[in-house]
Amino acid sequence: MFVARLAALTAAALCVVSTADAKTLRWASQGDALTLDPYSQNEGPTTAMNTHFYDALISRDPKLAKVPGLALSWKPISPEVWEFKLRPDVKFSDGTPFTADDVVFSYNRALAPSSDFRAYISSIKEVKAIDPLTVHIITAGPNPILPDYTTSILIMSKAWSEKHNVTKPQNFKDKEETYAVRNAMGTGPYMVKQRDPDVRTVMVKNPTYWGAKEFPNYPDELVYTPIKEPATRVAALISGQVDFVLDAPLQDIARIKQTAGLKTEETAQVRSIFLGLDMGSAELKYSDVKGKNPFADKRVRQAMYQAIDINAIKAKVMRNFAAPAGLITSPGVHGYTQALDQRLKYDVAAAKKLMAEAGYPNGFSVALDCPNDRYNNDEPICQAVTGMLAQIGIKVDLQARSKTLHFPKVQKKDSSMFLLGWGVPTLDSHYVFTFLYQTNDPAKKVGGWNYTNYSNAKLDELTDAMLKEVDQAKRDKMIADAWALAVADMPYLPLHHQLIVWSMSDKVTIPIFANDSPNFKYSTIK
Amino acid sequence: MLAFIVSRLLQSLAVMLAVSFVCFTLFNFVGDPVNNMVGQEAGPAEREEMRRELGLEDSVAIQFLRFLGNAATGNFGKSYRLARPVSDLIVERMPATLELVAVAALLALSMGIPLGVLTALRRNSVDSGAIMTFSLAGVAMPTFVIGILLIYVFSVECKTWAPAIGLPPDWCFPSFGRGETVKLGWWNTGLLTASGLKAIVLPAFTLSLFQMTLVLRLVRSQMLEVLRTDYIKFARARGLTDRAVHFRHALKNTLLPVITVIGIQVGGLIAFSIITETVFQWPGMGQLFIQSVQFADIPVMAAYLVMVSFIFVAINFFVDLLYAAIDPRLRLDRAQLGTAGG
Amino acid sequence: MSDRSTTLARFRDSDMWWSFRRSPLTVAAALVTLVYFMAAAFAPWVAPFDPFDVKSLNLMDAFTPPAWNEGGTAKHPLGTDNQGRDMLSAILYGSRVSLMIGLAAIVLSVTTGVLLGLLAGFRGGWVESVIMRMADIQLTVPAILIALTLDGVARVVLPKGVHDSVAIWVLVLSIGFAYWPQFARVTRATTLAEKNKDYVNAARIIGVPGARIALAHVLPNAWGPVLVIATIELALAVIAEASLSYLGVGMPATQPSLGTLIRIGNAFLFSGEWWIVIFPALALVVLSLSVNLLGDWLRDALNPRLR
Repeated sequence: MFVARLAALTAAALCVVSTADAKTLRWASQGDALTLDPYSQNEGPTTAMNTHFYDALISRDPKLAKVPGLALSWKPISPEVWEFKLRPDVKFSDGTPFTADDVVFSYNRALAPSSDFRAYISSIKEVKAIDPLTVHIITAGPNPILPDYTTSILIMSKAWSEKHNVTKPQNFKDKEETYAVRNAMGTGPYMVKQRDPDVRTVMVKNPTYWGAKEFPNYPDELVYTPIKEPATRVAALISGQVDFVLDAPLQDIARIKQTAGLKTEETAQVRSIFLGLDMGSAELKYSDVKGKNPFADKRVRQAMYQAIDINAIKAKVMRNFAAPAGLITSPGVHGYTQALDQRLKYDVAAAKKLMAEAGYPNGFSVALDCPNDRYNNDEPICQAVTGMLAQIGIKVDLQARSKTLHFPKVQKKDSSMFLLGWGVPTLDSHYVFTFLYQTNDPAKKVGGWNYTNYSNAKLDELTDAMLKEVDQAKRDKMIADAWALAVADMPYLPLHHQLIVWSMSDKVTIPIFANDSPNFKYSTIK
Repeated sequence: MLAFIVSRLLQSLAVMLAVSFVCFTLFNFVGDPVNNMVGQEAGPAEREEMRRELGLEDSVAIQFLRFLGNAATGNFGKSYRLARPVSDLIVERMPATLELVAVAALLALSMGIPLGVLTALRRNSVDSGAIMTFSLAGVAMPTFVIGILLIYVFSVECKTWAPAIGLPPDWCFPSFGRGETVKLGWWNTGLLTASGLKAIVLPAFTLSLFQMTLVLRLVRSQMLEVLRTDYIKFARARGLTDRAVHFRHALKNTLLPVITVIGIQVGGLIAFSIITETVFQWPGMGQLFIQSVQFADIPVMAAYLVMVSFIFVAINFFVDLLYAAIDPRLRLDRAQLGTAGG
Repeated sequence: MSDRSTTLARFRDSDMWWSFRRSPLTVAAALVTLVYFMAAAFAPWVAPFDPFDVKSLNLMDAFTPPAWNEGGTAKHPLGTDNQGRDMLSAILYGSRVSLMIGLAAIVLSVTTGVLLGLLAGFRGGWVESVIMRMADIQLTVPAILIALTLDGVARVVLPKGVHDSVAIWVLVLSIGFAYWPQFARVTRATTLAEKNKDYVNAARIIGVPGARIALAHVLPNAWGPVLVIATIELALAVIAEASLSYLGVGMPATQPSLGTLIRIGNAFLFSGEWWIVIFPALALVVLSLSVNLLGDWLRDALNPRLR
């Protein structure tokens, strides 16, 4: 009896193996999505995963241009009303039709208190279904960049959510477990087949997908495995256990390129890496200079800037997978220009002279807070900076930590100097100013990530104005003026824009996305 | 005997209580789970509110009592990171770890015992010298170095050398994960599929090497002790064959204490599996623990430590009982055997 | 107390010295261990560079291969790491850190273990029960788990800046705390065997204080087994430190131990810069192997029955 069962199970297991040679793409990255509820966590890998099950009104193509998703067209019909015309004949993967009611339901769900996406659509006053294929989004005051913000709001089914009692986003704060956390049902190219968080996620093709004509050849099945150890991730790719690795360590890219049967795709990522300096406090918390703040003196900030040999970091730490930056926003973001993105020259002699002029000929000591598991080679970057600043007498006490400890410390303003990276999901400069440069003001919900205590009234004013300005030319001028102020005041020392490299088997083709979120409906596998 | 069992049981309970308290209070200070749960852009007010909602503002004593009451009913709360009941997570991950530990223990015994006997019987020969030196390598090499080397040789470089010596290229071993798994009730096993069996080879070997050398050395020294005892000399004098003396008499007397020590060593395997699981990306409890430490996921960490301590205490309890059953004189002092565990 | 020359003479004629000379492997192990200790003690004088001095590092020197490889220079015989640090110097200083942690941890656990063992043996009663049950409990939990837990906790309780400057002592405490029970057990066993012997009773009758009897008369009987265990556990402590560093909770990259060097180098195993991981790994394995061989020999030598 037992033997018979064992045999049956073995046979069943072998069947599992044999089905795996349909068109399956196996891929890996460092960390898994936190939840499948599309509004519960605003985190890169989470949204990247959910985009395979759900669509937004407007999608981003591989060039990150806005393309029709569930909406075919959109236009402002008055300063405060945007009209979206929906795609007809779209079905959810359970076969039910998609209508304007689902959009209204989804936006209301994304505005619920437990949603992590409220900040994106906080300007929305009301979402109205005009007819089954028309939706009006009414904002409080004009919002010219609303369509950019809608690309992050994925659309769920009203009926499915009601049936499974998930009409509110999963409340991460209360450790809530809802049906939507491990199940997903949308209009997207894939459906969930198996979901073991942190272990394995299997997705299969959605037979009712509206884009089947446009995307006829994407893989039938995706198997995702998170692999935390970088060396193991590379080993898995080289030994052929996975077909695609999102984040292979930079030093292994050369080897991957040389390995027969493997290739890479590279692009500039929309993410800049920089150092933040507490320039606004009366005295630095972690320094041997007492009674005054050396970072308040622009000459010191500029000396540090010019003491950093960014090309050495690029060559040795980043293996050339970085573009030296003069601006903490990347190409592809509205308001970025090549002209602004120029670095001050690397010049140790000039830096020493500036330090002497500022009254620190022998330097001073300061602690640098650095994450060690967030950005590409973050800790080695900080180590390199530590050595370079030693050349102008600044003794850096490097404190590298996991991101779970680094971010809270910085957010408590408990840091004199820190490393940070900033991506721009909206692809508009306003996002950078409002979080990093505006005077920190919790009541106004602005300056949320400005931990430098930097404050410039002119810049604050420009930032507020550029949110509501509908005249494109005027708005562009505001952005350019704001960047000029930001660059001149130098509260941050820019380092580089990250380049991302996706590594994969020759059998795979996929266009690289500059937001580092792979969308496998654009992929094929032989 | 009953009094002995009761007293040991009470001691075990006291230990569990102490362990629960220690791991809870200690981890009460670890990390800040708040940042992982609100988005990067949440304001300080939202963060404060979340701290209150999580009960992180209450006193340590209140938080511990809450924890203890829940733990007693198998409810370790929900993971901060995965937002799922911790007991579900542990139950999901336990089969992977237990299978790895079981296969490693099997390897350690099936190789350690024969090699230990061999080196004891032929203690001055060249091959036993070689085995002893190799066993030292097992002790001297850190687990993670062994694992990394095995991956390098048997899964990465293997693609090059295996075909060269006539092996098929798919002979190479996987470098991570469990392969295909099959559900037997709630137990998710990798031991019933070809890919699952293949996937367990490298991690189990890596994990077992240290314990294998310990077993080898323990068996060797016990065997040497036994071979010196009077009754073995007497058996020889009676003219029994070497074979009968060695295997019927000496080995039997060697193994009884050894097997009980193995029980304790299983605890060691569970702890070392943290490192092995990290190297091989094995989806077990050890990996869950390390991930939880990185995310300051207090409920999972506390539950893991309580679980593992429970396993250790239970094993120890049964080992004690076994000892008492075998030899009442050993009831109070197994110091000599304990030290051999290293 | 005999004078020095007779002690030496007695040692030269002893079984131990004889068995030592008879085993070339042991002699080699002893020599290698000695070299490590010397290198560790004199690292600041023998190392070509000071790897802790960030000012001397030049990032453009990073990833220089060993001298005999193409692109290598005699300036860096074993090459440089990812920060341009000289590997030879880093390994010398790293061995120093690893040995310091190992030795200090063992000294700590010997002191704690021996004192508790003596106390348990002499006092008996509930003191003995409490101490020995604590030892039992700790022996059931593997040392690495205890050290991992303690170190992890210390990293969070202490502010990071403070932690890095005291990281070495946190490791010493977490590892040292994990190994005391072995010493307590063996000392207690010796104490129990010795405490009712005539010379102890005699000393007691003539009014020698208890502490003095314990330390001057009973304790010397325990040194043999304590030394054996200490040697073997020194190797284990060095490995434990390396494992903690591999899991990222050991020494910081600015003051690397051998384990930290391996963790840093591990990232370059597949990228062709093998010397960054292979040399520290070899150094660790050879150190641990030598100490283990010495420990093995000591055990056999002090327990002649098993030879």
